[in-house]
Amino acid sequence: MAYQFDFGSILPHWKLLLDGVVLTTELAAVGAVAGVGLGILGAWARSSRIPVISQIVAVYVELIRNTPFLVQLFFIFFGLPALGVKLSEFQAAALAMVINLGAYSTEIVRAGIQAIPQGQIEAAQSLAMNRVQIFRYIVIRPALKKIWPALSSQVVIVMLGSSVCSQIAAEELTFAANYIQGMNFRAFEVYFVTTGMYLVMSIVLRQILKIFGNFLFERRHHA
Amino acid sequence: MSLVELHAIHKSFGAVQVLKGIDLKIDEGQVIALIGRSGSGKSTLLRTINGLETIDDGTIMVAGKKVGDHDTDLLDLRLNVGMVFQQFNLFPHYTALENVMLSPQVVKKQSKAEARAIAEEMLTKVGLADKMTHYPDQLSGGQQQRVAIARALAMKPRVLLCDEVTSALDPELVNEVLAVVRQLAEEGMTLVMVTHEMRFAREVCDTLVFMHHGRIHEKGAPEAVFANPKTPELANFVGGLAG
Repeated sequence: MAYQFDFGSILPHWKLLLDGVVLTTELAAVGAVAGVGLGILGAWARSSRIPVISQIVAVYVELIRNTPFLVQLFFIFFGLPALGVKLSEFQAAALAMVINLGAYSTEIVRAGIQAIPQGQIEAAQSLAMNRVQIFRYIVIRPALKKIWPALSSQVVIVMLGSSVCSQIAAEELTFAANYIQGMNFRAFEVYFVTTGMYLVMSIVLRQILKIFGNFLFERRHHA
Repeated sequence: MSLVELHAIHKSFGAVQVLKGIDLKIDEGQVIALIGRSGSGKSTLLRTINGLETIDDGTIMVAGKKVGDHDTDLLDLRLNVGMVFQQFNLFPHYTALENVMLSPQVVKKQSKAEARAIAEEMLTKVGLADKMTHYPDQLSGGQQQRVAIARALAMKPRVLLCDEVTSALDPELVNEVLAVVRQLAEEGMTLVMVTHEMRFAREVCDTLVFMHHGRIHEKGAPEAVFANPKTPELANFVGGLAG
């Protein structure tokens, strides 16, 4: 018996999918901004002259990069309440994404910082700039420029990874898809459409990051 | 009291002793060239004067103050000591003007208008009034190096260190940079340069310091040093140049 496709069966649930897209977008936005911010801080701390600070960051990075995202999420959502830290599904999902992206982007940004020629730093030192000024005015912008494509990819990976957050009932897109599929049993149609929606979101996110990168690194004067 | 006083400077990189007890005084307005073979320690010595290299032993005094290795001491020191590098080291994401304005603004907290006025003055001085909005990669090596000189001068240092400032340049671009350095010397700027441009050193400097194996081997007025080397090492070095 051939399967009869019925994409129309999803239509009554469009609001659920839309809500899912909105929540996924919110998670991705919070995750990207705070995660990359944490990554920049982490990369800065990683190069600290105080060994303890650098080592703490190294442990954080290795801990996150060598454990599954799902376990990190479960730990935050189910584990932390034991310490009295109770988070909503959204809060736990967002926090997990920030912590996860923070670790990966620490390493990516660090690579960019290490690619800055030592002569740049020495020139800035010889101009009497302190460490914070050197990082802010000399190092960070060229460093981010070098690793922007890699960082953008990582942000997209984390956005897609938010689908895992359906496991703690954060009502993002995958959660919505599972829910609808549970009601109409139209798995093919639901996940087909959901796949398409993730694809579109990825493409849009990549474009946004590209445009933002161009804005960030463009030359403001032209000769 | 001299502007810069180095006393018994010792420095090693691992097991290699690069500076083996350097004593040197630099007076206001003096123009000194450090000469010698590669590996004689001249660039390292230059870099100790603004704290880019730490020293293992000895003392450095600049403008009457002893240089320690605390960050704040170093920042104070570097306000008095400017530096120009072999590889220019301009900041690639800023225009020529922004390169020169940056430090007066963020370090000396000058207003944008103030910093801009000084930057324009300095870029005009080095002959680049028409290149202010160019980025480093839009400039020739000689132009980049002149921006680097303007950038150092904008901080109004009392002494300027020049580390082989023409060694990375194509031969036809050397003279435009040397002309700027010569002009600074004539205006009374205190200059310490590491250079392989012997003719230039001879014409512009009032003192030549010949370094050999981490020590100051001979020192004196250029004519004397070139005409009557007192040691075989210097005679050899000078002779090698002629040949």
